Amino acid sequence: MPGKLKAKIVAGRHLPVMDRASDLTDAFVEVKFGNTTFKTDVFPKSLNPQWNSEWFKFEVDDEDLQDEPLQITVLDHDTYSANDAIGKVYIDIDPLLCTEAASVISGWFPIYDTIHGIRGEINVLVKVELFNDLNRFRQSSCGVKFFCTTSIPRGYRAAMVHGFVEELVVNEDPEYQWIDRIRTPRASNEARQRLISLMSGELQRKIGLKVLEMGGNAVVGYLQCFDLEGESGLVVRAIGTACTLEKHSSGSLVNTHTHPNTAPASNACNSPSKDGKESPLAHGCRSTHNSPVHSACSSQRLSQNFSVSVPTLIFTGMGSGGSAGKEAGPLKTLLRQQTQTALEQREFPFFTLTSFPPSFLVHVGGVVSARSVKLLDRIHNPALGNTRSYKLLDWNSVTADEPETRDAWWEELRQEIKSHAKALGCHAVVGYSENTSICEEVCILSASGTAAILNPRYMREGCLDIGSTDQRFDDPSPPSCGFCHIPYDELNMPFPAQLTYCYNCRRQKVPDVLFTTINLPAEAAVTGKGCLIQARLCRLKKKAQGEVNATAISNLLPFMEYELHTQLMNKLKLRSMNALFGLHIQISVGENMLLGLASATGVYLTALPAPGGIQIAGKASGDLNNEQHVQSIQKRINDTIAKNKELYQINPPELTEEGVGSPIPEPRHRSRLFRSHSESSDEVSELDLSHGKKDAFVLEIDDTDAVEDIHSLLTDASPPTGFYTCNTETMPGIYNWTTAVQMFTSVRVLRLSNANLSNQSLNKIFTDLCENLLKSFYFKLRSNIPCCLCHLNFTVAVPEEELIQVSVTAVAMTFDKDQNQEGFITKGGNETEEQLQFPLELCADSSSTNAQPSSKFSGVPENTIVSSRAASVDYGSFADRCSTWLELLRLKANTIRRGSVKTISSLEHCSPLTEGRPRSLRSSRSFGGSSVTMVKMTPLSFLPGTRIIKFLGIINMFFIRETTSLREEGGVSGFLHTFIAEVFAMVRAHVAALGGNAVVSYSMKDCVLMENPNKNQAQCLINVSGDAVICVRETDQEPMTSMTNIGQTCAADGAT
Amino acid sequence: MAVELDVFVGNTTIMDEEVYQLWLDGYTVNDAVKVRMAGGVLDECEANQDVLLSDTMDQYRTFQMCERLLQSPAKLANQLLFQIPPHRQTMLIERYYAFDDVFVREVLGKKLSKGTKKDLDDISAKTGVTLKSCRRQFDNFKRVFKVVEELKGPLVENIRQHFLLSDKLARDYAAIVFFANNRFETGKKKLQYLTFQDFAFCAGQLINNWTVGAVDNMVEDMDVDLDKEFLQELKELKILITDKDLLDQHKSLVCTALRGKTKAFAEMEANFKNLSRGLVNIATKLTNTKDVRDFFIDLVEKFIEPCRSDRWTPADIKLYLTHYTNSAHILDSFKHQAVWDRYMGVIKSCIYKMYHD
Repeated sequence: MPGKLKAKIVAGRHLPVMDRASDLTDAFVEVKFGNTTFKTDVFPKSLNPQWNSEWFKFEVDDEDLQDEPLQITVLDHDTYSANDAIGKVYIDIDPLLCTEAASVISGWFPIYDTIHGIRGEINVLVKVELFNDLNRFRQSSCGVKFFCTTSIPRGYRAAMVHGFVEELVVNEDPEYQWIDRIRTPRASNEARQRLISLMSGELQRKIGLKVLEMGGNAVVGYLQCFDLEGESGLVVRAIGTACTLEKHSSGSLVNTHTHPNTAPASNACNSPSKDGKESPLAHGCRSTHNSPVHSACSSQRLSQNFSVSVPTLIFTGMGSGGSAGKEAGPLKTLLRQQTQTALEQREFPFFTLTSFPPSFLVHVGGVVSARSVKLLDRIHNPALGNTRSYKLLDWNSVTADEPETRDAWWEELRQEIKSHAKALGCHAVVGYSENTSICEEVCILSASGTAAILNPRYMREGCLDIGSTDQRFDDPSPPSCGFCHIPYDELNMPFPAQLTYCYNCRRQKVPDVLFTTINLPAEAAVTGKGCLIQARLCRLKKKAQGEVNATAISNLLPFMEYELHTQLMNKLKLRSMNALFGLHIQISVGENMLLGLASATGVYLTALPAPGGIQIAGKASGDLNNEQHVQSIQKRINDTIAKNKELYQINPPELTEEGVGSPIPEPRHRSRLFRSHSESSDEVSELDLSHGKKDAFVLEIDDTDAVEDIHSLLTDASPPTGFYTCNTETMPGIYNWTTAVQMFTSVRVLRLSNANLSNQSLNKIFTDLCENLLKSFYFKLRSNIPCCLCHLNFTVAVPEEELIQVSVTAVAMTFDKDQNQEGFITKGGNETEEQLQFPLELCADSSSTNAQPSSKFSGVPENTIVSSRAASVDYGSFADRCSTWLELLRLKANTIRRGSVKTISSLEHCSPLTEGRPRSLRSSRSFGGSSVTMVKMTPLSFLPGTRIIKFLGIINMFFIRETTSLREEGGVSGFLHTFIAEVFAMVRAHVAALGGNAVVSYSMKDCVLMENPNKNQAQCLINVSGDAVICVRETDQEPMTSMTNIGQTCAADGAT
Repeated sequence: MAVELDVFVGNTTIMDEEVYQLWLDGYTVNDAVKVRMAGGVLDECEANQDVLLSDTMDQYRTFQMCERLLQSPAKLANQLLFQIPPHRQTMLIERYYAFDDVFVREVLGKKLSKGTKKDLDDISAKTGVTLKSCRRQFDNFKRVFKVVEELKGPLVENIRQHFLLSDKLARDYAAIVFFANNRFETGKKKLQYLTFQDFAFCAGQLINNWTVGAVDNMVEDMDVDLDKEFLQELKELKILITDKDLLDQHKSLVCTALRGKTKAFAEMEANFKNLSRGLVNIATKLTNTKDVRDFFIDLVEKFIEPCRSDRWTPADIKLYLTHYTNSAHILDSFKHQAVWDRYMGVIKSCIYKMYHD
């Protein structure tokens, strides 16, 4: 009996009128957990009942605590007939199970009904008392922290990154059970919501167990998805990266002191002070330097650290020698071996992270992806006899069949990804994500990531300090370009690529273009600004069934990938850029078409050669007209390139040609995609995606595809003045964000009216749809100018024949234009730090509907090196930590002064974290009832101008909304508008009840809309997730400024 | 090919003030788009008509969803559905409860009933205010009326607290409620020249001086109903015109004081008895509900029109009324000084306010 859950129902407000006669309601509440139900008294004749109930106590296993939500139902008492339900609140208890997260849930929750939406609010208090469980065979994994954030969460450091964790659970979809024919839509929706809540709880618990097995204590980059497979069931699956995280204590504050000393030096490459960089590997070695606090922080893992032993010692010695450059050769091999062994022990060396601690990422190889098309089997359900209607069917024991099939499918895909990475000379895949697209019984599974070589330190058993760099291993390549260097052997390249010497350090080879799924590393040297680049594609297919259909789809996929890739490449060239970050390719399947959408953020990496232009070639025939046409198009293209260069401020430093053996970049491009798409059986085919052997980027316009390409090239409008766009976390070159943040979700559905559309016209429609959405955003957000739309995450779906649905979630972040220059200096420190600690995030989460059946690599770099680390990082985080501390002191002082009355009312402020105190603060807030806490939401891992002082737990919510009065609710738009607003409201309420004031890494992973206007009905499912946090305004910076300045200057040096 | 669905939802609810005004003014989405295009908003952001249409639809939907909350503004502050910063909430409420003077002029003093609501299309046609906007304004009046009807305490304060309105707007609503409750006649042709603000001012005077609340501030309807006792006492003033001596004495005192101070002296002297009879008669008849309704028309007919035809200036009016009021205090046999002051104080400021073209 390891836990006691206590709940108290305080009051309700704004309840709906349930009794027409009196215009009032006789409300009471049922509180249910597991099989136990308690009831409050009826509070007669009021729309604002005050129940003030006793504490309802549930004595439960912690396993149940993890799986089950607390279910609160508000009802209207009726003497003569059955009581009417007003609505429900599901509260996820998980955040309370973690000692470091929230300690109490208290606040107003919207009462939600799947038919009527939000109907009033209820004030609830929930607490958990956990007893220590000594049972080593326990099934629960309480205490493992989950983060949606795809980087090391702010305020923590990764002692160790254990690696990939995955799990999936399968169940029958209640909507497709026979009982659904006789129960009400409400009952069916509620059964579904509850089931999914149970399944995600179970999934999270199981993943937690795996993490504990690996010796970790947290999962970052936790990505959970639902596959609504219709009759064949419901799959909930999740992937994540297991880590051992340590909280930055006040001790680490001192710790950061070491960095300012050492980091700038490291920045200057190979300087002797490198040794100042700790040896975080083993505590035994720690003595080499100045940070006594290190060991304190990591002592908990002491027992494991000794396994690292020998190499650590050797390297420590060498590092202090200071001539890392010379040692690089042998070290490199050693490093490789080490890393490889470390990683090879793992089945899948995958990481869902998209931003990394400095020096984590050594080299990046390129994008690897794999897709496969599967037929969903109709399952014979052996569990039908099971009467526990709400309990999860234990598929693993009942039918080993189902989940294993799904598991096997993914396993297959992951193997493929792994082998692709290997072919690129990489031993790991970062920025890894998986998703599916389902249409009837066909399912496309996709996995993609970025092949990379990682610094082994983080992988081994041993304590690694994320905040510091391990320079001893480093090759001499500076951090600003190291990751671009090719990881594979120059003489044995996996595909033909154009290599040149790095334009930054001149020492190593780099590819001519680089595609990745990760965020732009904070220390990367970038010229100018970046922008969102999208490739969009529609392909018609014949309607078919079963295997014929699956075959048709898998035949189409390679062509789609090829075309998307070509489009991306062309658009990249047109913007005069040479690298893509955050690449996310989604292929969505419908009955009669396939939609492909590739989004990425293009940038000009200083280390890579300048991209060549695009050349147009006409037919060989010397037709004069034709030639003129060709020339005019060529001119337009050249003009556009020139315009874009100016727009994105791409003025690469004129290349000093005398540079060591750096060849003049050729205006050619070759890339190649390896793809293998598999149906049930895996035939692996390889495709050469470079444009043959001809000089790439010659577009022949007698070819219809090329005409289309050119057309789509030239129709993409650049954002209006004052706007920047990207799908990564931040935009290079913008530093001085203000605190103004506007997160939004937009959904558009287009009905294709005429049935006989060609591929071309369909493409145009799809492209226009995306472009118009962007235009709408610019217009709506014009008051935020100058601003950047960050983390633009597009999701496409084909909900029905002839319908195209695009959903976008993004955040508009305003920046201070006037201070552009200055800001770089004064605020740069924060910014850099921000990026480093939760570095940019890719659309890795965009999981949803998507699928991919083949794999590809693009771009290339070379091996060698652990990048050394930009100095600014350390300064930044130092400043940050100091100010956190100051802030805390300040807050403490405030609180003492004001007593418990305090409500630091302003939006950014919230109760600081110290235990004990927040409770009174919070309760004063929630009962005051006067006004509602503002809760900010962002898909990014940070909020500009604020500091996250506490992570309160993961938010993972699933809602269904249905209506049978679609017209009355304003049509589908009105219906969905209300629903999205309600979802936001419920997320905010939960965060506020946890004591938080913001959600970071927010994402809407599913938005499935089904409508039937003729029947006046619609149904929608939405799944959202994020991390609830407390953040405070970034103040008290003054004492730090000088420090930050130095840091920034160094960073700037390093970057150019 | 048609857009089947198009929504945009911000975590912080995005509301454009201009579109809000168009919505309040009852423009249809298409008309609003036209107005916005004419306003040149397109140039701002390289937008096109589709973008504008989509934006306008979104905002209209948002406003419609908010309307329920705006009808009980206190809810807006602690609802959870929309995240709206407090200063925006204030703006939304204030604008929602704002009304057109031309419209309010039409319904002022009318019973806020279904019957009146049926006439709204005529009013809409007459004033040029869209029917939708008329309905909103009318419903606002009715809602405020209903709520304050049952409350104790000062009218203006009640309105302000329940509807979170600014002081100015709360006063205007108090006037509307007061007029609706007492059914003052304001629609007659002779009263057409008076603006809503004129009436609102007068209402303020009446509320502050003639209601029960002026003496006792904890009774129900204290600010809505006139003080019956006071109205009864007004009958005593009749002596000023029925007693011939008193009337002559009063006239001579006033004329002495006025002589040489105004060009209109001759007219004042000639009209004194008529005017005085007019004012005192109004006072004595106020016990009849019917005559209360005609209060303003009586003021115009019995006092303002005669003065206007004699071309008195506003200064003349002020001068005359001041001395007319003060002189009564010197009359030995006139014992009702307090009632007289309470009556004339209001009459004086009302007439002064109403005396214009």
